[in-house]
Amino acid sequence: MSDIKELISGICPGATFTEGETLLVTVEEKDWYPLAKALKETKGLEFDVLSALIGMDWKESLGVMYYLTSTSRGWEMISVKVAVADRENPMIHSVSDLWKVALFQEREVYDFYGIKFINHPDMRRFFLRNDWVGYPLRKDYDTNPALNPLRMTDEENEDDTVSYVEQPDGKIKEVPGKVFEESDYVVNIGPQHPSTHGVMRFRASVDGETVKKVDVVSGYIHRGIEKLSENLTYPQILHFTDRMDYMSAHQNRHCLCMCIEKAMGLEIPRRAQVIRVMMDELMRISSHLLAFGCTAMDLGATTAFFYGFREREMILDIFERTCGARMSMNYNVIGGVIADLHPDFVKDVKHLIEIMPDRLKEYHKVFSGNIIAKNRLKKVGMLPKEDAINYDITGPSGRGSNWSCDCRKVHPYSIYPELDFEEVLLDGCDSYARYMVRMKEIEQSCRILAQLVDNIPEGDIRAQVPKVVKLPVGHWYQQVEASRGTFGVYIESDGGKNPYRVHFQSPCFNLVGVMDLTCRGNMIADLITIGAALDFVIPDIDR
Amino acid sequence: MFNFGTWTSEFNNFLMGFLPDWLTVVVECVIIAVLVLLTYTVLALFYILYERKLCAWFQCRLGPMRVGRWGLLQVFADMFKILLKELISLKDTDRFLFKLAPYIVITSSVVMLACLPWGNGLQIIDYNIGIFFILAVSSVGVLGILLAGWASNNKYTLIGAMRSGAQMISYEISLGLAIMTIIVLAGTMNINSLVWEQDSAWFIFRGHIPAIIAFLIYIVAATAETNRGPFDLPEAEHELVAGYHTEYSGIHFGFFYLAEYLNLFIVSGIASLMFLGGWMPLHIPGWEGFNNVMNWIPSIVWFIGKSFFVSYLIIWFKWTFPRVRIDQMLAFEWKYLMPLSLANLVLMAVCVALGWHF
Repeated sequence: MSDIKELISGICPGATFTEGETLLVTVEEKDWYPLAKALKETKGLEFDVLSALIGMDWKESLGVMYYLTSTSRGWEMISVKVAVADRENPMIHSVSDLWKVALFQEREVYDFYGIKFINHPDMRRFFLRNDWVGYPLRKDYDTNPALNPLRMTDEENEDDTVSYVEQPDGKIKEVPGKVFEESDYVVNIGPQHPSTHGVMRFRASVDGETVKKVDVVSGYIHRGIEKLSENLTYPQILHFTDRMDYMSAHQNRHCLCMCIEKAMGLEIPRRAQVIRVMMDELMRISSHLLAFGCTAMDLGATTAFFYGFREREMILDIFERTCGARMSMNYNVIGGVIADLHPDFVKDVKHLIEIMPDRLKEYHKVFSGNIIAKNRLKKVGMLPKEDAINYDITGPSGRGSNWSCDCRKVHPYSIYPELDFEEVLLDGCDSYARYMVRMKEIEQSCRILAQLVDNIPEGDIRAQVPKVVKLPVGHWYQQVEASRGTFGVYIESDGGKNPYRVHFQSPCFNLVGVMDLTCRGNMIADLITIGAALDFVIPDIDR
Repeated sequence: MFNFGTWTSEFNNFLMGFLPDWLTVVVECVIIAVLVLLTYTVLALFYILYERKLCAWFQCRLGPMRVGRWGLLQVFADMFKILLKELISLKDTDRFLFKLAPYIVITSSVVMLACLPWGNGLQIIDYNIGIFFILAVSSVGVLGILLAGWASNNKYTLIGAMRSGAQMISYEISLGLAIMTIIVLAGTMNINSLVWEQDSAWFIFRGHIPAIIAFLIYIVAATAETNRGPFDLPEAEHELVAGYHTEYSGIHFGFFYLAEYLNLFIVSGIASLMFLGGWMPLHIPGWEGFNNVMNWIPSIVWFIGKSFFVSYLIIWFKWTFPRVRIDQMLAFEWKYLMPLSLANLVLMAVCVALGWHF
């Protein structure tokens, strides 16, 4: 930790340091880009992952919190705070050329805070319409509905983009651009399309059947969860997590609860921890089964889809018995879980673990063993390891590119350090590898369940929590391994019973960021395959 | 073996008894037309239920169960629904071609249906180039699909139509060569003679190895010709929403839908004609008793039964296999299937020339 401080002070003498959960480095805007470059490239630092990029409004200034991770330093994480006082025309240098994941992340910050990123190639809004008035996550945002009525016309100028380029003399020049050329044949895929798995929209320019460029148009299911959270108490914001990636409902909620518990300094009973981990793993199996079914379905193998759903149904039944719901379970609460396990839980889980190996064999027989499926998946949507790291593609998709990024191993939480399981890594870098990682992770999750199912300790399911949950002043960041990758929650508190700022760093947001990269040069049919193998869930992108 | 021809000639004589010749022909043509259209509809309805039930069983489901016993009336409900639906006309489409396209598709499949050997003496169109005629008519159908895709003024339909054009033109070659292989063995293109040639044994047994290869090639090519999975690229619903018929509604969509199912029956019918003896019962040379028992089963049952069996195979692998990609599909045809068909044709010619067949 101390060597980081020395190295950073050497690069940027004006930096100030605050010790905390992670080291917080505060720098001025003018020093930020050189520091970022040095953090990424200096030997001994090599912060190669931009884990989170969080827009902030501190009232007197606007700015961004960056969470950087260095895989070579044992996944050490630091945070960097960059603030600018200018509220009229805030500008911060873009780091999208260093960490490609920032390409979309910075657009989100621009959308919500109006911070313009200098040298970003495509500075458009990401979720909201081009004609939206105001920047909604700013603290002085005018929520008057008359300003932003329900517009009945199509969005104009959707092909127009702009870039703020820094000239050699230091002046910023506004350079307009076009997303697609006039001569491009643009096929619109979504928002109402059978294979975008939700209201996602891709605009693909094609040459015959070959995709030349993919433009992601998001925001059709944007609900402003982060904005809503700022006006609710901590127990009230929990339920949003179930509604983002609804296939990782338990993990997401686990993450938010852990973040709040960490801030409160709460000790969680052992029984609750075990239950949470078991639920997480059941959720993971159910999610991967859905991914299997949807991949098969998108490739045209409709029968395999039903096989995946047949087993997923059993898991949903387990959830229903214990949590009372099949989706949006609302099971984790601050301090533990909301209800005790159903008496049949152990029996049901044992039955599931018992049948799963045979069923997996059946899947391979009916779908992945098929020559057509192999030809459709192999060498399609290549994502080399360097790109996976640069775009922060975590979860099964990142591990399909041979990047060891399992949060359960690199940032162990809850009772995972005690458990015996393997991180599944494949080096195919293609859709087939991503698919196979999921299939193998089902086996690993079964292994975890088998270790826990007979060892659920007796005891409380919930710690004692005060009636009104208040967090001390400060900020916290917590990550978990959700079904689709590393899910992060950032909470900043001003000491009140409402959070000052909540940010959800969702894995699917990054996944959709590589659609353009992976689809270029492939066929239209491959675009669907790649989407299925990346397996993004739209509400998780849009939040 | 009962000859249905006695019924039809008796009916012909009955009409001739009190009508002039030209009127007899007119009346007979009208009756035949009504019968063909009726058969078409009934078969289409049956096939829709057949496929829905089969795929449900493959997928651990029950299929339609609510309307009628075991859901038997479901297809009638669906048919009435589709008849009552509005024909939506769209802005900026080519109105004339848009409306013409479904009729071209359905006409080509009705004409093919009329060429099939339904039973002993139940042949509607019987040219000396019968099978050649069927191939020619089947190629007209692709025109309707291309027109539908073009006239809809929609990018999905256009891509679907282009795929369909590329696919059908490619796979027609293998289809034709597979049929040609059998024609070399049979020495005739007349459908009636083709059936009678199989009196001793079906072609798939008479032609042994090359005939079995031709049968397999035919099944693959026929699946591609009918746009069914794993070759359902023109309407790949996960990529192109519904492909070339995305913009159609009501009975216009219904025509594409019916033609698709009937084409499945027709290619199965041609398979049973070319390989499995058409309406000819299973005959094993030397087993006279067995052959006589087989003859007791009416020829029309043999034909329809065999066709349903071949359709079952095609439905089976549609619901099992994923869809291939356009470049893989074309590579498969031009690099593997067509050379194999050509080699197989030569093999069959050698077998016939040297008398190496039964």
